[in-house]
Amino acid sequence: MSATQPTAATRRLEAHLHRRARWRWPEIIFWVAVLTTIVAIPSRAALINEILIAGLFALSLDLILGLTGIVSLGQAAFFGLGAYAAAILASKGFSDPTLGLLFGAAVAAVLGLATAPLLLRGGDLTRLMVTLGVSLMLGELANRNGWLTGGADGLNFSMGKVLGLFPIGFAGQRNAALYSFAVLFILFAFARRLAQSPFGLALAAIRENRLRAGALGIATSRRIVAIYTVSAAYAGAAGALLAETTQIVSLDLFDFHRSADVMLMLIIGGAGYLYGGIIGAAVFIVLRDVISAATPEYWEFWIGALLVALVLIGRERIHDFAVRAASSLAPKAAREDAA
Amino acid sequence: MLTILFDGVAYGMLLFVLASGLSVTLGLMNFINLAHGAFAMVGGYVTALLMNRAGVPFLVTLPAAFLIPAILGVVLERTLYRRLYGASPLDQVLFTIGLVLMAMPIADFFLGDEPQQVNLPAWLSGSMTVHGVGISLYRLFIVAVCGVIAALLQIFLVRTRFGAQLRAAVDDTRVADGLGINVDRIFAVAFAVGSGLAGLGGALAADVVGGIDPSFPVKFLVTFLIVVTIGGANGILGALFGALLLGVLDVAGKYYIPSVGGFIIYAVMVVTLVLRPQGLFARGDGR
Repeated sequence: MSATQPTAATRRLEAHLHRRARWRWPEIIFWVAVLTTIVAIPSRAALINEILIAGLFALSLDLILGLTGIVSLGQAAFFGLGAYAAAILASKGFSDPTLGLLFGAAVAAVLGLATAPLLLRGGDLTRLMVTLGVSLMLGELANRNGWLTGGADGLNFSMGKVLGLFPIGFAGQRNAALYSFAVLFILFAFARRLAQSPFGLALAAIRENRLRAGALGIATSRRIVAIYTVSAAYAGAAGALLAETTQIVSLDLFDFHRSADVMLMLIIGGAGYLYGGIIGAAVFIVLRDVISAATPEYWEFWIGALLVALVLIGRERIHDFAVRAASSLAPKAAREDAA
Repeated sequence: MLTILFDGVAYGMLLFVLASGLSVTLGLMNFINLAHGAFAMVGGYVTALLMNRAGVPFLVTLPAAFLIPAILGVVLERTLYRRLYGASPLDQVLFTIGLVLMAMPIADFFLGDEPQQVNLPAWLSGSMTVHGVGISLYRLFIVAVCGVIAALLQIFLVRTRFGAQLRAAVDDTRVADGLGINVDRIFAVAFAVGSGLAGLGGALAADVVGGIDPSFPVKFLVTFLIVVTIGGANGILGALFGALLLGVLDVAGKYYIPSVGGFIIYAVMVVTLVLRPQGLFARGDGR
């Protein structure tokens, strides 16, 4: 194998991958800024918490849509399942948040693994419909099995302290936001690593041309199943976080509009570079907060108008513009990236 | 038993009219038009408002419920939709979701969020009994209207010159253009027909679903999509069979096993798409 005898080409490739994997200063500033915001504005901690959770949810969609090019309108299935799994576990007396988080993510991952093979056939429309169908089926199941889920009334439960130290929920909104921040950051770092690994490069190849990726010897089906499972776990974790920090779950978690909203967030922020979901979630939720404070009924109109404008102007064009703007701001980092 | 079957067929026929327009835009023109329900909502509002505010008879409102959404459809097609014919499915989904999000607050703003009722005329609101089977007259009316629409649409698309031109334009736009077919006009007309049928469906459905309100485009969006994807995207008959199958399954399912509710149709859709990604009644290989 060539791995035992590194050639000049593989060494250059290795160096390139290492350079790509390095954290750049705009990223560090981004995370410090987020953390500072939580500490600085404790009165808006609940809103920030919502943004962080939505950001994690949008990140989960970015893994399949942005990295792999698989469209989905059913991400709410995993979000809702993770939330209900954590809620049910807590209502049975296991109220440790970390345990609930892991449990929610694991249950969602199992569903992701089970439903991923459904995505391997057909075109984009088929995928949209199958993913949507799965989330609607789950919502209906939750609705009909009230003995477990509380049905239309939802489920109320109490939560323990994070690591046995920090209370979350109404008493500790800021703790809740910090808890969500920690989870988001850890999962983000993992996703970032994943995107820059050979596995991530294979996903990019599948996104660009699945047929050719297969011809190059990439096991495309297996890669898609794997990333879909990871994405489901992320969405499940986001759902579990929401359940734990609000201490209530209800059927609307499975709704179509959840899946649609998260897609809007990702598109607003831009898909494919992982930060898009978090930025989009912040824009979406802050916009909703501001507009609905002015005209409570009609904020959807402005989101719709924004979306129509985004598509008509062209998402690629906006992305190119952003990249050019960023590279003029940070010439050195951009040149390195282009190399 | 027969009553359930009949109700199922009537419901299926209603689904067909609502979805037939979508099988033109999504099925034939390959445009993922999630805003279809918005056109249906416009049709429903036209009928409800003409009847309630202007006192126009129900039957007279129906052509208006077809025409006004059709005109709206042409305007939107010429100004916005046509830019996205070649776009990726994701862009089409985003664009049309955006339109739906805009349509709902507009309806809410001008007409309020109260459902607008359509009061059926007396000759349609009774029911009759044939061999011990209770049949609601309005359902019978729906079945008849939908049967006529299905037949007309099928003839329109398969037998007429326009239908052949449309199919040619969809199969290969450039070649059709080169052969002298006015592709732009064909697409505009097809889109108008699709939007008009949506409006007619909305008008007919208004009574069955308990009035038209601003959330209509989202409430039935999923159902339309299921009908068209199950039926197979290329053909009116596929959509018709898909709609009938769903209507009967849904009504029977809710009657015999109420505990599973809407689960059945979602499950049917997922299983269908996994086994036959191009839909049950599609010919040849889809995309």
